[in-house]
Amino acid sequence: MAQALATPLAASLSLICNTTTTRIPNSLSFPSPTPPKFGGLSIKCVRVGGVEIPNNKRIEYSLRYIHGIGRTTSRQILVDLSMDNKITKDLSEEELISLRDQVSKYMVEGDLRRFNALNIRRLKEIQCYRGVRHIQGLPCRGQRTKNNCRTLKGKRVAIAGKKKAPR
Amino acid sequence: MPRRSIWKGSFLDAFLLRMKKKRDLLLNRKIWSRRSSISPEFVDCSVRIYNGKTPVRCKITEGKVGHKFGEFSFTRKRRPSRTNIGLGRKKGKK
Repeated sequence: MAQALATPLAASLSLICNTTTTRIPNSLSFPSPTPPKFGGLSIKCVRVGGVEIPNNKRIEYSLRYIHGIGRTTSRQILVDLSMDNKITKDLSEEELISLRDQVSKYMVEGDLRRFNALNIRRLKEIQCYRGVRHIQGLPCRGQRTKNNCRTLKGKRVAIAGKKKAPR
Repeated sequence: MPRRSIWKGSFLDAFLLRMKKKRDLLLNRKIWSRRSSISPEFVDCSVRIYNGKTPVRCKITEGKVGHKFGEFSFTRKRRPSRTNIGLGRKKGKK
């Protein structure tokens, strides 16, 4: 696929292009340490599931750059295709096509993000406990909030005169 | 989320099971059983769910089916958020 040149464009458009048919020529800028050896092969980035995956890594690891594909799924894809764990740039076109088909069976990238956001919005709309916790920005699975929970709460905010005030 | 196994079906307290047949009984009725799940028969009833202190009114819509009654009446008072407290104190000092 020649659309994807390795120009360091902003890679925020990956939400839109999920299907393999509509390809917008944006790319993640992975600095490739290996200089181009034979023509344009190593300049091109491989596109699977709407995003670029790095060229100079083994396919098992570069698949994980897709949102929604982790360790288990990437390994499972390779097992399903009975494919060797090659470096991504060594893959042939047919292998890439079969890989894309396999990836498109899973819910990845934009679809997955939208699915998750819809679920959270549903919880917020019916005003159940989990939805309210989402609105408040607190953990909704019963963790303690006396301390920790910094991922959701954000950075610590110092409270003026907390020691003096008995509470 | 962990889920109850399907062969058991959803949990309902016995008195709510009776309600299943007669829906009119449930209208504007206090419910103490926060642990039983909302079944599709209860849609469009407004019930009052006890939160340990007072019954909270709740209209059951289609989206709420499958959740528990207790999820819709909060047992804790919402503390005013920390930033509000901080601001209030600052104002007080000044």
